Amino acid sequence: MTDIPASQPKSPSVVNLALDELETPPLSLGQLTWRRFRRHKMAIFGAVMLIMMILYAFGGMLVFSEAEANFNDTGKRLTAPSREHPFGTDTIGRDILARTIYGGQISILIGLTAMVVELFIGVTIGALAGYFGGLLDALLMRLTEAVLVIPQIFLLLVMAKYFAQDIPNIQMLGRTFSGSVLVIIFVIGITSWPYLARIVRAQFLSIKENDFVLAARATGTSTRDIIFRHILPNSIAPIVVAGTLSVAAAITLEAYISFLGLGVRPPTATWGNMLEGAYNYIETAWWLWFFPGGLIALTVLSINFLGDGLRDALDPHSRSA
Amino acid sequence: MTRYILRRILQAIPLLFIISVVLFFLMLNMGDPLATMGGRKVTRSQDRIRLARQLGLDKPQPVQYLYWLIGNDWTKNDMDGDGVAETPGVRKGVLRGDWGISLVNRQKVTKVIGERLSNTLLLMLSAEVIIISLALLIGIYSSLHQYSAVDNMITTVTFIFYSMPVFFFALLTMYIFAVNFKKWGLPYLPTVGMFEPSAGETAAQIAWHMVLPVATPSFGFVAGYSRYIRSTMLEAMGQDYIRTAKAKGLPKPEVVYIHALKNASLPIVTIVALDLPFLLGGAIVTERIFGWPGMGRLFLDHVARSDTPVVMGILMMIATAVIVFQIIADITYAWLDPRIRYQ
Repeated sequence: MTDIPASQPKSPSVVNLALDELETPPLSLGQLTWRRFRRHKMAIFGAVMLIMMILYAFGGMLVFSEAEANFNDTGKRLTAPSREHPFGTDTIGRDILARTIYGGQISILIGLTAMVVELFIGVTIGALAGYFGGLLDALLMRLTEAVLVIPQIFLLLVMAKYFAQDIPNIQMLGRTFSGSVLVIIFVIGITSWPYLARIVRAQFLSIKENDFVLAARATGTSTRDIIFRHILPNSIAPIVVAGTLSVAAAITLEAYISFLGLGVRPPTATWGNMLEGAYNYIETAWWLWFFPGGLIALTVLSINFLGDGLRDALDPHSRSA
Repeated sequence: MTRYILRRILQAIPLLFIISVVLFFLMLNMGDPLATMGGRKVTRSQDRIRLARQLGLDKPQPVQYLYWLIGNDWTKNDMDGDGVAETPGVRKGVLRGDWGISLVNRQKVTKVIGERLSNTLLLMLSAEVIIISLALLIGIYSSLHQYSAVDNMITTVTFIFYSMPVFFFALLTMYIFAVNFKKWGLPYLPTVGMFEPSAGETAAQIAWHMVLPVATPSFGFVAGYSRYIRSTMLEAMGQDYIRTAKAKGLPKPEVVYIHALKNASLPIVTIVALDLPFLLGGAIVTERIFGWPGMGRLFLDHVARSDTPVVMGILMMIATAVIVFQIIADITYAWLDPRIRYQ
């Protein structure tokens, strides 16, 4: 990007200004990021789409109750989209529109919380390995490699099956959730962290050699403060980007395992488990897979656009040409 | 170089060992393989005890792992339940190439996997050929026409394809090319299996049935690789030696395909080698949807029935493949770029 930031006057009159008039207060990282971010049209599109998705999933609660989403009317199995059921009904006569709303909540929730789990593990392991180095680094990196060596989907399927034995339902906020939601969040979190850990480790390895870290150490700052207050804030950019993209990855992964029948169990709907078995009805009921599948694709696309924009905005050097 | 390769192989051994321990214990505690052995009937408890004894499932779990790893032909087992260990074991263990027998159909694990592996490889290698050629074509084209209308369109479309989950593609292509083409009376693509049972397993039938399962995982990879090739090509085209080549009047194809592409292909080779085993992961979803009798479906079926030997066989094979391809990627990289030296 060679654009001149809009704030800088381009006219030659700039030469005539007094020196102190030229000095504007320095922009914070947030302001700088926002300036670069808003020029990225696709990222803005992604952000807007994402807000609409969240409004759809959470605002829809006002229109449909959860009981409606789980109400099955077997007399109305597999009816095509109509005025009464705009998205049609599924194999046991539940309204797909209501289910995409409640399923969307769970899918988005899984994406966000799995990201938190992943950030927690990934940042901790990456920071410890990068900061302390030596034996600890070697051990943690072997662990990271061990997780990376098995493609994630295989690991997820084995773990989902392992942890999903007789999980009771959970009561929260007056609603019943299938306990398998927690299992899926946990399983996605503990299989997704290795890439993040590697990024954080690389950041720590280079930043810890800086003079300000040496200065902090010389003034007797505790190790904890050096890690959390000096090094971590300086490596926040790639973590934010990786975190954003991992929300999309988690939503997709949930859909994969639910699609394969090892994910979130009924009655709780997710976009992924609404797709389970939908391919058996590919000739007769396209609405079974089109609406939940389309919502997943749109959400993932928007998050990826957003992540791409954030990458460019937070770190102009790392632009992919 | 030889020393480097040797060291990498030595490093892989503890890695594979740890993975095998963790996965083995996950598998053992995942479900009851005996539960489904009686078919629809519930297994009687005396049958259950006898079966567990004969299959060695009554042993403590660390012992089961030991038998899986190094076999049990050095010890005696109690097979008839009288408390006296009298029958010598017959298993040789993974380290001596014996992967055990499947708990589901009592066949050798190597045979069970071998039957399916070729089907998956057929699917994945065809996909890989298509992915690389299409991605090269698209990537080089858009790098040579940077910021043109076509390039901008390609960039947007590849980004969308790159974000699209595999199953959505599978269902979409199925709906368009199988369901609707059939409805419109056009030649439509089959969606299930490898061949029509009536037509038999001919090459033409298999090729025709491969179209959708190959196309489905390819979209995402083509999109990802072409974006990558575009950026490495752009980087290479901006180098001084390209300007020199142009300045001394070399024909454009030679500049692009010999000077630029050769250098731009370095990172691409690595990415392809590292991704190859991961195509197998994509195979799970594809094979499930299109009913392709490959390894992905084998894995799903046998995980569902807690068949430890087969699942371990598949997972360890993939883990080994990943490590081998990582080493191959490093070697190719050093071979293509003489500046790189491994200590």
